[in-house]
Amino acid sequence: MAEKVLRKAESFYPLYERKGGAAPDVTHYCPGCGHGVLHKLIAEAIDDFGIRERTILISPVGCSVFAYYYFRVGNIQAPHGRAPAVATGIKRVYPESIVISYQGDGDLAAIGGNNILQAANRGEKISVFFVNNAIYGMTGGQMAPTTLIGQKTTTSPLGRRASNEGYPMRMSELIATLEAPIYVERVALTDAKNTTKVRRAVRKALKNQIENKGFSFVEVLSICPSGWKMEPTQAKEWLTQEMMRIFPLGVYKDRSDEIEEAGVQPTVFSAQDLQDSLNLPETDSASAKREPKTGVPEKYRNPRLKIAGFGGQGVLILGVGIAQAGMDDGYHVSWLPSYGPEMRGGTANCSVNLSSRIIGSPLVTQPTVLVAMNLPSLEKFEKDVAPGGLILTDSSLVDRAPSRTDIEHLGVPATKLADELGNTRVANLVMLGAYIAYTGVLDKDVVHSSLPRFIKRKALIDLNKQAIQKGMEFVSHQVKA
Amino acid sequence: MGVEKGLQVPKVVIREDECKGCGLCIQACPENVLFVQKHFNRMGYHPAGYQGEGCIGCGFCFYQCPEPGAITVYKKGYVGEEVEA
Ligand SMILES: Cc1ncc(C[n+]2csc(CCOP(=O)(O)OP(=O)(O)O)c2C)c(N)n1
Ligand code: SF4
Ligand code: SF4
Ligand code: SF4
Repeated sequence: MAEKVLRKAESFYPLYERKGGAAPDVTHYCPGCGHGVLHKLIAEAIDDFGIRERTILISPVGCSVFAYYYFRVGNIQAPHGRAPAVATGIKRVYPESIVISYQGDGDLAAIGGNNILQAANRGEKISVFFVNNAIYGMTGGQMAPTTLIGQKTTTSPLGRRASNEGYPMRMSELIATLEAPIYVERVALTDAKNTTKVRRAVRKALKNQIENKGFSFVEVLSICPSGWKMEPTQAKEWLTQEMMRIFPLGVYKDRSDEIEEAGVQPTVFSAQDLQDSLNLPETDSASAKREPKTGVPEKYRNPRLKIAGFGGQGVLILGVGIAQAGMDDGYHVSWLPSYGPEMRGGTANCSVNLSSRIIGSPLVTQPTVLVAMNLPSLEKFEKDVAPGGLILTDSSLVDRAPSRTDIEHLGVPATKLADELGNTRVANLVMLGAYIAYTGVLDKDVVHSSLPRFIKRKALIDLNKQAIQKGMEFVSHQVKA
Repeated sequence: MGVEKGLQVPKVVIREDECKGCGLCIQACPENVLFVQKHFNRMGYHPAGYQGEGCIGCGFCFYQCPEPGAITVYKKGYVGEEVEA
């Protein structure tokens, strides 16, 4: 603290533009909330260590979900309880970064209980700041795993009872039993003396990471005046008198000094390495991959497909097939499945994009091609099809034409044709044949050479080729007729 | 004009508009030089205020305050930009 002034840290944004609203210069936290104080101690340490440019903070779900409004560092907001998993991924691909997992007690000890234990057990080289305020603050004061016996919350209105809800979980003690963590301490945001210890612990956990030593865990007992329904000053009393009895302060584990400071080998991301390790063909992924295939009418180019049917009709495989063949032919592709709630007899659909340009989103909300393998699929998706789009139906099962008149329709008796081959389950490939013959988007040869990549059973390859042939022939008869 | 020779008397500055009136700084001040003001600020809180003298620059209030920008403490010997009122 050699500085002669204590002021807002540089690692905070001067103005919280992401927060916006009427007061973009103050946090969203309640008066007295411990989150704000811990934010200040973390931001100050980031300033002092000069690590702002390489710090990545993972915000949790909970009151601190918006930590990214405030910290002028790299920010990612993780799903509930998953901050340690997200932190793991970032730290591993980017080991020179300083990764902070910031979590509340609902986030870390309830929904994310296993996540934190596994990350600690793996000894991920991250710093975890765990705000224990004995309650779910954000959602209005429900019981947390850390709620004290007898403590009244909205979900324990008569007070927590061990017989019904178990005992408060002591996460520091639990984590300290694991082999890998190098530093585990519990501190408390109460008076000046204890706050100094919080400050020291925050700095130590970050220093351990700067020195590439290992997993550090700091549990910070913190007041939640709103959730506890107390004035901030009264809340400090309660924390000191009640919480600290159940959650004793102290260092539960510290191997920091035994471990040699180590340098970090920075990763240099190389697209070539990725391509080599995935065994991908050489492409220039940043620019257009291919010219639109010649001879394809404008309206069929770069299709956005929705393919839907009963579970078991192979609609997902049909989508994979189109995407795989498209990829092998040099298109940018995406395939996104969506499963119905029921496993059997339910509906399934997938979204497929084939494009000569980079695909922004794999979602297909306005398909240019709808493949409806049954009636419910036609009913569900017909309205979404882009004007001028193409609807393919399995006319052996869908006994009506689409009701829209601003689209093009082709009925293909796919199931019946598949039956003729002795296997109704290849109706999907009959449809594939019809689709490519009708639009010209993919060549038969390309699809044939892609087949082994999406049809795993070798014995079925020939049958599938026949099915494609059936579909193609149907279209050519149709067109001639 | 900046503070060039080094501040002789420590000073605390509270930005009233950023204060949520939680009172934690007041509780923590060993010199009892902070107090609750009578008026409301723009957010409807009674902001904390400084009596104007007696601050020893200990920084206790700064480390109790949850609002990143509400309190600034200038210690004895501070050299730099002018200290706000
Ligand atoms: C998957 C999921 N489940 C539940 C919720 C609802 N939820 C939001 S915050 C929260 C608890 C947060 O409590 P805590 O981690 O203690 O943080 P605090 O708000 O007290 O800082 C819950 C259960 C959610 N957002 N997402
Ligand atoms: S509800 Fe509790 S934890 Fe959430 S901002 Fe308010 S005081 Fe802080
Ligand atoms: S710096 Fe210390 S003495 Fe000065 S106002 Fe803050 S708490 Fe009081
Ligand atoms: S601690 Fe901060 S927010 Fe609370 S009263 Fe003091 S200046 Fe205001």
